[in-house]
Amino acid sequence: MSDSAIEVAGLRKAYGTRVVLDGIDLHVPSGTIFSLLGPNGAGKTTTVNILTTLIRADAGSVRVAGRDLIKNAREVRARIGVTGQFAAVDDLLTGQENLQLMVDLKRADSAVVAGLLERFDLTAAAQKQVATYSGGMRRKLDLAMTLVGAPEIIFLDEPTTGLDPRSRRTMWDIIRDLVAGGVTIFLTTQYLEEADQLADRIAVLDQGRLVAQGTPAELKRQIPGSHVRLRFADPASASSAASALPGATRDEDGVTLRVPGDGGTASLRDLLNRLDEHGTHAEELSVHTPDLDDVFLALTGRSHHAEEASTR
Amino acid sequence: MSDSTIMLRRNFKHTLRNPAAVFNSVLFPIVIMVMFVYVIGGAFDVGVDYVDYATPGMILLAVCYGLSATATAVNSDMTKGIINRFKVMDVSRGAVLTGHVVASMLNNVIAIAAIIGVAFALGFRSPAGLTGWLGVIGLALLLSFSVGWFTVALGLSAKSPETAGLGSVPLVMLPFFSSAIVPAEKMGTGVEQFAEYQPFTPIIEALRSLLAGTPDTGALITSLAWCAGIALLGYVWAIRTFNRRA
Repeated sequence: MSDSAIEVAGLRKAYGTRVVLDGIDLHVPSGTIFSLLGPNGAGKTTTVNILTTLIRADAGSVRVAGRDLIKNAREVRARIGVTGQFAAVDDLLTGQENLQLMVDLKRADSAVVAGLLERFDLTAAAQKQVATYSGGMRRKLDLAMTLVGAPEIIFLDEPTTGLDPRSRRTMWDIIRDLVAGGVTIFLTTQYLEEADQLADRIAVLDQGRLVAQGTPAELKRQIPGSHVRLRFADPASASSAASALPGATRDEDGVTLRVPGDGGTASLRDLLNRLDEHGTHAEELSVHTPDLDDVFLALTGRSHHAEEASTR
Repeated sequence: MSDSTIMLRRNFKHTLRNPAAVFNSVLFPIVIMVMFVYVIGGAFDVGVDYVDYATPGMILLAVCYGLSATATAVNSDMTKGIINRFKVMDVSRGAVLTGHVVASMLNNVIAIAAIIGVAFALGFRSPAGLTGWLGVIGLALLLSFSVGWFTVALGLSAKSPETAGLGSVPLVMLPFFSSAIVPAEKMGTGVEQFAEYQPFTPIIEALRSLLAGTPDTGALITSLAWCAGIALLGYVWAIRTFNRRA
């Protein structure tokens, strides 16, 4: 029991006739990062809201930090931290007062305030009202507030949506640090790259169902988009090259080969060496890295952009 | 320190950081009072000095006018996710709401004190003794408490801070359709009946009787019943919305 932070079986939730979660099963080991990946409207926030005791599921059983979510809601709340999609900070208070408020409510030691301000690079702005903070600073303060009281499990609902690339990197580093300290992270995201960078395990959520679950590597193996594309001068050299490249598939145009691979220099060099040894050369080489759209196309047969358009 | 004390301290800080809101909720009732007593009131024959007639209704207006700030503040906590933050913590469920109600009452007390001060400056005199004044203060606080809970519920249910502020407008308008400005019997048919049976009229009549030194037991009992009813309705509505909305 101690090695399992979150245990979910048969989770269902509907609003009227609209089914938001249609039987979700999840298992998150302690001390790992678990990422729930999906487009807008897939049910990610609903899942987080249920797991953090904000709303009740219609059916299913959930254990968080080894406790039943319904029977021991208060004990669960005492052990989790939640940072939602929009920074839930008090604009009229200063950064320091926001943290002090959390310290008071969690009966923690005030000494942690200075440390958290330092750690999140907010010391200089600590005495300013939060209304004057930038979006990135608000997110950081929000996360700092969540850390007061040292929660065992932290839920992050799209923690980097709307952040600039630099702030996103900073947030990733912070998340990695947390896990290094033994915390379990439940992260939702729309970005495959984010899940890939951070998560030990990823579950892909689509229209209230889990369409795939596994390590980032396992998941990417299911995506045909992860490949090197080679274009040859004519169909003859393409088919000749195909015989030298195991796993290569030919496109309908007859001159393009797709070779599974991650685009790393080692595998590229290997690929080029094989072509050399075979005495052929390609007109053009491109590396195709998969994105969320590829995952969705591969797993559901639909583009997630089309999906978004239809659910809005 | 209890959760409620911590929340209340947060609300007090908001009040101190946002003096414009307090000033606004004090200023408007004073302007209305000066306008009616000096400009319009002379035209009404109410049997007594107009400022003596108008003061009880102005106390009520001072309470109601402050409510839009409360509704907006509660809604902003709800829509910005601050209430959700508290809900996922092991924090007493009622503490956030109690904090808002008490802060709303504090704002009301400031406005009531200001309006009574202005009333005296405009020539208001009352034969009421200590008991009478304690009764006035007690009833005003009870009203403030009950409409406070109602307004918190309103703030929790509204879609946005703007609609929350708008939602409190009927509460601000109700005193005008009561015996606050003119006696109900001087109003047109329909409005007169509405004014007679709406909750604010007995409360104003009870305040008026206390300030006149001749307590009206009937009006007092009706007032207490209305306040208890509004408080209960507001409390139940607020708690239900608080627990349901995520």
